[in-house]
Order: sequence, then C-alpha cells, then structure tokens
Amino acid sequence: MTQTEDRTALVELSGVSKNYGNVRALEGVSLEVHAGEITCVLGDNGAGKSTLIKIIAGLHQHDGGTLSLDGEETRLASPREALDRGIATVYQDLAVVPLMPVWRNFFLGSEPRKGVAPFKRMDVDHMRRTTHAELLRMGIDLRDVDQPIGTLSGGERQCVAIARAVYFGAKVLVLDEPTAALGVKQSGVVLKYVAAARDQGLGVVLITHNPHHAYLVGDRFVLLKRGTMVANQTRGEVTLDELTQQMAGGTELDDLRHELERR
Amino acid sequence: MNATQVKTADERILQTSPLRKLLGRPELGSVVGAIAVFVFFAFFADSFLRASSLSTVLYAASTIGIMAVPVALLMIGGEFDLSAGVMVTSSALVSSMFSYQMTANVWVGVVVSLLVTLAIGAFNGFMLTRTKLPSFIITLGTFLMLTGLNLGFTKLIDGTVSTKSIADMEGFPSAQDVFASTITIGGVGFKVTILWWLALVAVASWILLRTRAGNWIFAVGGNKDAARAVGVPVTRTKIGLYMGVGLGAWISGQHLLFSYDVVQSGEGVGNELIYIIAAVIGGCLITGGYGSAVGSAVGAFIFGMTSKGIVFAEWNPDWFKFFLGAMLLLATLLNAWVRKRAEATK
Repeated sequence: MTQTEDRTALVELSGVSKNYGNVRALEGVSLEVHAGEITCVLGDNGAGKSTLIKIIAGLHQHDGGTLSLDGEETRLASPREALDRGIATVYQDLAVVPLMPVWRNFFLGSEPRKGVAPFKRMDVDHMRRTTHAELLRMGIDLRDVDQPIGTLSGGERQCVAIARAVYFGAKVLVLDEPTAALGVKQSGVVLKYVAAARDQGLGVVLITHNPHHAYLVGDRFVLLKRGTMVANQTRGEVTLDELTQQMAGGTELDDLRHELERR
Repeated sequence: MNATQVKTADERILQTSPLRKLLGRPELGSVVGAIAVFVFFAFFADSFLRASSLSTVLYAASTIGIMAVPVALLMIGGEFDLSAGVMVTSSALVSSMFSYQMTANVWVGVVVSLLVTLAIGAFNGFMLTRTKLPSFIITLGTFLMLTGLNLGFTKLIDGTVSTKSIADMEGFPSAQDVFASTITIGGVGFKVTILWWLALVAVASWILLRTRAGNWIFAVGGNKDAARAVGVPVTRTKIGLYMGVGLGAWISGQHLLFSYDVVQSGEGVGNELIYIIAAVIGGCLITGGYGSAVGSAVGAFIFGMTSKGIVFAEWNPDWFKFFLGAMLLLATLLNAWVRKRAEATK
C-alpha cells in the first residue's frame, strides 16, 4: 500500500466504495494526489474508473470510506463545490459545447462580468484576450478564438480543457482518458500538457487504460479491476512491464493464451 | 509579451474574410429568403411597396415576432414549447375575466395575467427539469390542458365561448395605449406591437450575445451535460427560458385583449407551430445550441410579408400555407448548407 507521507495530500481517498442500487461499482479504493505529482488510475472497461472520477468531481457521493481534501474529511455535494475547492475535471467528452466559440467555452460557467445590475454583462474583450493568451502559454496558437470549438482537433480540444482548468486556479486536475481517442502524435502533445500542468504545481489524476502513457508521466499508479483496487504503487516500486502485465490481467492473460492455443 | 500577442491576434483576425464571417451568421439564410420574398411580392403585388402596406406587414410580423423571440431563445436552449399558442389566449382571458369579475381596474387584471403566464412557464420548466421527459411531451400536455381550461372556464364564468366586453372599465384607455395603440409616422399608422417586438429582439440579442445568461442558454442547448459539469445552472436556465415564453405570451395576450376588447376562448391553437417556424426560418437549430433573436425577427418578417403579400397580390389566401411550408423547407436546407460550408472552411 501507499507510504505515509510527511505532507498532507491534496486529495486522499481511503477505502472508498460506491453502490448503484444493488450493483457494487467500487469497493475499498484508496489513492493520494499530491501537488506536483501525477497519480495514474489504470483499469480496463468497467473497472470503476468513471465512478471514481465522478466521486472526486462531486457528481456522485461515495457510500463508504472517506474522502479528504487537504487532510480534512469531506463529502462533495456538487460539481460546483468540487470546482470551488480547486478540483477541476476534464471529462472524456471534454465538457465543451461544440457549436460555441472557443472563448465562450473557455469561460463557460465562470464568466467574468463588468457593469452594474441590471446591465451586468460579460467582459468580452477580456475573455477573448485571455483565451488567446492562455492557449498560447500552453503552446496552442489559435488563429481565431471565435471559431466553434468543434472545429478544433481532438488533441487541441483536450488542451483547451486543460488550459481552462489551469487558468481557473485548479489545485487538482482530474483527466478522464485524455489520450483515449487520439493518435500517437496527438497523445504525445496532450501528455506534454499534462506534464506542464504538473510542473506548475498541480496535482493530477490521470485516468487511462494505456500503461505506456501512464508510465511516461506517472508518479503513482492505482490499478482497478471490477470495482476493486488490485494495486497501489509508486513509480519506484513497479516497472513498465510489471504494470502492463498487471493491467492486462496477468494470469488471466495466460489462461486466455492456453484457451486460444487449444483451438 | 501581451502586447505582441494581441497584435498578432489582430492581424490574424483580419485574415478572416468578411464574406466568411457573414456566412457564419445564423440568420444569413433567412435574410436571403426575406429579400427573395420581398422582391417576389414587390413584383407581383402592385400595392406591396406602399408605406401603408409596410405598416400592415410589420404589424402581422410583430404579432408573430413577439412570441418568436422567446420561442427562439428556448429553442437555442434546446427545448420546445407547444403551449405557447394557447398561452397567449389564456393570458388575455385571465386578464379580462379577472378585471370583470372583480370589477377592478383593468391594470389589476393585466398584472394578475402576467403572474399567471410566468407561473405557467415556470410550471413547464419545472416539470421538464424535474421529470427529464422530452419537452415535446410536457408542453403538449400543458397545451391540451390550457386549451381545455380556456374553453371550460370561459363557459363556466361567462356562459359563452367569449369574454364580456371590458371597454368601459377603469384603466382600459391607458392599457390600450400601452398594448394596442397606433402611432402615426408620416401619415401612416404603425401599431405599437412593432415597438414591443423590436424592443424584445434588442433585449434578447443583448442577453444572448453579451450576458452570462446568454452563454448559458447556448451551452444548455448545445451540450447540457457539459454545461452542468462546468457549473452552469442548467435547471435555472431552462426554467428561465420557459418563463420568457410566458412573458411573451403575456404581451401578445394583452395586445389581443386591448385591441379587440373581447377574447374568443378557442383562439391560439396552431400558433405555437408558427412561432417555431419563424425561429427555424431565422436559423435556429432544431436540436438547440445555435440561432439568434434577430433571425427569429427575420423569420417573423417573412411570415408577415407572405401572409399579407398574398392578399395584396389578390390571390386566394389558401395559398399562404403552401408558401409557408415551402419557405420553411428552403430556409432549413439553406441554413444547413450554409452552416456546413462555414464550418468546413474554418
């Protein structure tokens, strides 16, 4: 299991479980997220990765175990509360609205305003300028922040979502399969931004089913299988081969090989 | 560093050709359509280009346009309201009957009517967000219930299908000034509803393009789950949009009451589709997340030109529905094509 650290984790889950009716989605999962570190959550489809993410993001509440933020035990009532406490989640579908311009998406839900009620309005110039500058800082040079975000490539959209989370002062960044639908090159670009976010001092939770991507950037590795945690290791404790083997199901893979050979 | 960035950004924006910017506007298709309809009737109907004809066309457009604006906003927010047509009648009935039965100043009825329509809108929005059923079903239910209530209550209270005259009651002249007067400009009378209409378009455009609420409306229509995930109050936005339709129904209903003095309780059925048609012709995407208030106004204007143009051309008004349907198809096709082009070239 994890070593006790002398500093408090930004997010700490211990023995967390979650049921949907009579379906046990998650059981006894523990993980830590520290500032300037990347915690990878690995697992196959249906392993409970999405449920875990929803608990950290405040979309669902856990049924058992504890969730602590900065050492204080808590329960997140809504995504808004999670955001207010510095946890930003970038979902697989990126939580962007494809037909809306990039700058509107960038500030969606947290629009800066000027003027007095009832004539309070969005500070559009500031929004446009900031979007362009923040994306440039992440290395994306957009021609026009007015283009619908749906016209950007998958990798670019992912990066916009990450840049948005970083700009809004996230302390913890939760990324749901950021490289799942991307090619090799685009994945590399996205992982670079993940590392950039870490270097800015954010704690990152990277959800993936690709051990190669996880091992490139990860500091801690939590492995889920059918809703339970089967491993929780730091980088020093595990090699890429071991991780891949555990991920692929180890003995299950051997069984499968036998079964296929018999045919 | 910021200064140089801004500079490069500005240079790049200049590269976007004005034509492509124009192609990206949601109302482009409808403007092209409006010009075509205008030219068509200018050619075939001799009296179409007179100022008095313009006034008639604008009046017809405004009666639809006042409702098309909130219906367009609602559609951008991803929902329908099939109860919008009969809600106008409900608004007029409540206002008239409340004032008459209480022998109160008509303004009391006007205010009560506003509260009732806002409540109906809030009910639609609440039911929708609470049950998560499609808005088509929810508002179809409200539509039928309101249709029944309109007839039932009117017969119960007045014994007939129309309300009693309130023209001699206190406050009627001033209410008529506000909702149903005629303003004469250069010898031609323009109905005050045109002002209401233009004001609504202006306010709605400002809300959509420049306020936080506008951002939320686009977002809940474009991707509701994404909007919720980034902290947009989806429920509040949708309920607000339905209450906006209630507000529009209130203005239209009061106009109806104070221009005709009596209200027929069976009116309004079918109008909800005309509001939706105006919004769609104006470039609103039927699946939500895209459109404009100005577009809905152009849609209403096309409606006004077609319905009155046929009269000016001295054709059988039976043709009107055919024209409207053809216009709807053409405008939708043009919008789809324009949007595809605009997105592909970006």
